[in-house]
Amino acid sequence: MSTVQITRLSMPKWGLSMTEGTVVQWLVEEGTILEQGDEVIEVESEKINNAVESPAPGVLRRQVAKEGDVVPVGGLLGVIADAEVPDSEIDAFVEEFEATFVPEEEEAAGPEPEKVEIGGKSIQYLKMGESDATPLVLIHGFGGDINIWVFNQETLSTERPVYALDLPGHGGSVKDVGSGDLDSFAGIVAGFLDAMGIEKAHLAGHSMGGAVAAAIAIQHPERVASVTLIASAGLGEEINSDYIEGFIAANRRREMKRVLGTLFANPDLVTRQLVNDVLAYKRLDGVDEALRAVADSLFPDGKQANVLDISRIQAPVLVIWGDKDEVVPASHAQNASSGAKVETIENAGHSVQMEAAGKVNRLISGFLDEAES
Amino acid sequence: MARRITFMQAINEALAQEMERDETVVVFGEDNAGGAGAPGEDDAWGGVMGVTKGLYGKYPGRVLDTPISESAFVGAAAGAAASGLRPVAELMFVDFFGVCMDQIYNQAAKFRYMFGGKAVTPMVIRTMFGAGIRAAAQHSQSLYPIFTHIPGLKVVVPSNPYDAKGLMIASIRDDDPVIFFENKVLYSVEGDVPEESYEIPLGEAEYVREGDDVTIVAIGRMVSMAEQAADALEDEGVECEIVDPRTTSPLDEEAIYESVENTGRLVVVDESNPRCSLASDIAALVAQNCFDHLKAAPRMVTAPHTPPPFSPALEDLYVPDPERVAAAVRETLGTSDRARA
Repeated sequence: MSTVQITRLSMPKWGLSMTEGTVVQWLVEEGTILEQGDEVIEVESEKINNAVESPAPGVLRRQVAKEGDVVPVGGLLGVIADAEVPDSEIDAFVEEFEATFVPEEEEAAGPEPEKVEIGGKSIQYLKMGESDATPLVLIHGFGGDINIWVFNQETLSTERPVYALDLPGHGGSVKDVGSGDLDSFAGIVAGFLDAMGIEKAHLAGHSMGGAVAAAIAIQHPERVASVTLIASAGLGEEINSDYIEGFIAANRRREMKRVLGTLFANPDLVTRQLVNDVLAYKRLDGVDEALRAVADSLFPDGKQANVLDISRIQAPVLVIWGDKDEVVPASHAQNASSGAKVETIENAGHSVQMEAAGKVNRLISGFLDEAES
Repeated sequence: MARRITFMQAINEALAQEMERDETVVVFGEDNAGGAGAPGEDDAWGGVMGVTKGLYGKYPGRVLDTPISESAFVGAAAGAAASGLRPVAELMFVDFFGVCMDQIYNQAAKFRYMFGGKAVTPMVIRTMFGAGIRAAAQHSQSLYPIFTHIPGLKVVVPSNPYDAKGLMIASIRDDDPVIFFENKVLYSVEGDVPEESYEIPLGEAEYVREGDDVTIVAIGRMVSMAEQAADALEDEGVECEIVDPRTTSPLDEEAIYESVENTGRLVVVDESNPRCSLASDIAALVAQNCFDHLKAAPRMVTAPHTPPPFSPALEDLYVPDPERVAAAVRETLGTSDRARA
């Protein structure tokens, strides 16, 4: 038997509720030589469109799924192998896969969001991955929730436990934000570490969540192993107040689709389901008031109230930005301290962790490994 | 957090949460509290189907039984709304509207207009409609087109528990008279509904399902018929997009046009009688506004132009079913320009 490597390109699972995806289009032809991480095929899930990346170097030998096909999670999209592998082996590989593949049951048992009381506030969180490694805690931004990490959390949880939490006023957490300022959010996350029995954690924050992570790292250096700041607030004064105000004001699908489009270099990535999910949250009593209070506290008069001195962070710092960010300018990356590692990703917007998920995951993963070594 | 409750529980919860939040919300109608024969307050019937069950004990003095005089209590609701309360009156079956229509269309619907915008009329009339429970011609009609016709009224026809709760809360908070249509067959249907209060704005359609081949606009209980048809058609390689207007007045025309501009084909599923129906209204609007995008004539799937039959066999034929919806979809695809071969 030959020992040639044949690699499956499968339908990914983006988020707990995803059971299948639709092939939008192939981004490369059969016969293309691929590096690991090259974008190969665009897939539409309920929430958002995204590109599936090549899991290994090799040649795209077969496009098994056709454009428009609906493929279950784990199903075969294509086959990657060296050019020398004969076609007959590729055929046999596909045949065997299709004969043995069993799609996972709908609503398969997986980690479910849970609730914990922190300082009298009910906080929702989702934990993925079990190991003794230093955990990673993910902190979303203004108007976000645990779902903004849908393309990141599971991938990152193969090496360490990864927690994502909903800040007060957001997602499934209590709607009462109190003062809604940075310190109150930092206090909730510090309380969350206590509640989970986490002595020291890697923190990663997106946008406003980045400022929260940085504030914790400054206030509690002993609790923080590293800080990843993604399109982060807190590094400069400018912020797109049209986005903030538009998000608070939007109550109809069309407005919200336009507002959410601001988050991406390619606004077409925003699906109706994503818009519906955000609106279902926004329409709960108390949410608009909570968002208003947070915006008034953190972004008064169209500017960021908190510009942090990142040089005071003792832990290693990674700064990631999409160069097409229209909410917080990518130029703020230059305000990070000289010790920080700065990575700018081309053709990605504010939600770079969604739009360029594969690249962001590799950057974070590599950075955390380095921080621990 | 969301949990599964029925369509009926969703409406009951909306009423309870609004009564809790706003003491001007009052509920009345025939048997809404308990009615004759109920053994006591705790076991009060809460309406003929039990939608208002439990409210009488929780909100003393704010859940009232009325005499069997729709004209009197619907008129009372209009007057109460004009003078500071937010009444939710129950017209047991919409089929009974004839005896109180003046109070609705020529009084409540006209107050804001006739008083130069100085009056508001925040009233909701909840009413049951639809065939399917062997209740015969005088208790089974789908009369929302009649109310949709009248300026000054808002008309809500929810299709699922999540929408029912959010639309009821929005209806109670709205300053205009709202006619809220509850399909009696949906009462036992379960769905995920958040415990918290939330509003769904009146006049925004929902895309129940996405697809590129045919747009199915379906109203109320007909949404589930359209979904069953779409499941069957998917096996034939046909992708249906289902649009649920959720409110027939105001009507989210843009959402319908956006879909038809993509698919080029329209099927409207409406349980009402065919003439001057929502089906004919939407088909006409699409013909006028999306003509250049249409690849086939719009099709209407409705009840026939007869009263709902009492015979179970005939009643089952009367209500549009998934087979009829699928057949109409296939007719719109019957032309030779079908995109997917």
